[in-house]
Amino acid sequence: MERVPILKIGDILLVSIQLDMSDQTAVQLQEDLAERIVATGCHGVIIDITALDIVDSFVGRMLSTIASISKVLDAETVVVGMRPAVAITLVELGLSLNGIRTALNVERGMELIAAARADEHEYQLDDDPDAETATP
Amino acid sequence: MALSAEESGRLAALLSGNAERVTQRWTEIIAGSLRGRLSQAELRRQVQDLHHAIVSTGEQGAIDLPAENATELRATLSELSRGRARQGFSATETAISIFALKDVVAELVEEAGGDNKLRDYVAYSGLIDELGLFTFESFVRTRESLIADQAEQLLELSTPVVKLWEGVVAVPLVGTLDSARAQVVMERLLQTLVDTGSPYAIIDITGVPAVDTQVAQHILKTVVAARLMGADCIISGIRPQIAQTIVALGIEFGDIATKASLADALRHVLRLTGVETARRQPRRDA
Repeated sequence: MERVPILKIGDILLVSIQLDMSDQTAVQLQEDLAERIVATGCHGVIIDITALDIVDSFVGRMLSTIASISKVLDAETVVVGMRPAVAITLVELGLSLNGIRTALNVERGMELIAAARADEHEYQLDDDPDAETATP
Repeated sequence: MALSAEESGRLAALLSGNAERVTQRWTEIIAGSLRGRLSQAELRRQVQDLHHAIVSTGEQGAIDLPAENATELRATLSELSRGRARQGFSATETAISIFALKDVVAELVEEAGGDNKLRDYVAYSGLIDELGLFTFESFVRTRESLIADQAEQLLELSTPVVKLWEGVVAVPLVGTLDSARAQVVMERLLQTLVDTGSPYAIIDITGVPAVDTQVAQHILKTVVAARLMGADCIISGIRPQIAQTIVALGIEFGDIATKASLADALRHVLRLTGVETARRQPRRDA
């Protein structure tokens, strides 16, 4: 059975989907990803769908599920590289990827995750009044 | 209304026998209707071509316009109508160029005399009608293709995507937004977002004369599609009347940012991206 590779880059897991997703591959990917998040302690997941020509409700639901799983494991999910044609089709079909953050490319996705982490970090530091004065 | 081989032969003989006179009269009649908008030499050349095509087709046998042996005649007629259509002549003026032959033929038949001159003239006249109609159709076809070309050019001209700032692109929409144009705008904008990697897009509707539910729907779709791809859209250039229409129609833009002017939209985006804008104090000399 084909598997979708999961690459670790720093604090981020990169999943590049380059084959047609079947039920089995999708379930396998969800399991693999959950395991890798726990094993590596990463706080960001980037799913690259540049190679996908078609995103139907099945793939849409899979992306939502992955985002939800990652959220539970405290990792931010960003879907990147959606093609214009795919976006137009999704809009025409009335499908919206609820609860999924998107970015134009992997680079922007990484920036987005970094920004989200920074916000969270800042928020935590704000509780400690000494933290701000300690930074130069 | 095809001529029989015998009639065709007679017509060819009639026209070739008086070649100089036919072209002369024919040119005169057309020149009168075109009122000097085409040079005499040009007109004469066209008439000679037509004359030659009719005669040579007639000499070969029955003149039947859709038939194989009339290819040259058809080509000559098409050529004439194409030229006229591109030069901006009306359909009537083009058709008259062919129908003028009737007068010439009438004169020739009258002079030639004979028992069945009326029957001959009716047959010739039918053929000339057919030639005229063919010209008419070629003319319309040429015009239609011209219009289609222009519509396409307009579509391309009227939907530019411009880069306003690093990571900010804008689409100034001008003119009525129908489904076809909305589709082009959407595709071009999304493609530009991918190509330039810009996370912000401003859709400026200053040039859109009216916003109805359909136009709003198109704009909303574009914004949602851009969001799916990970870019944010801001709608700007909403004029007071348009704002009133939007509210009256109950169109909801939801959480999409709308700004009154392109400048406001750009300022909004720059603030989001963290670019500081400051007015430089003019230096005053004491």
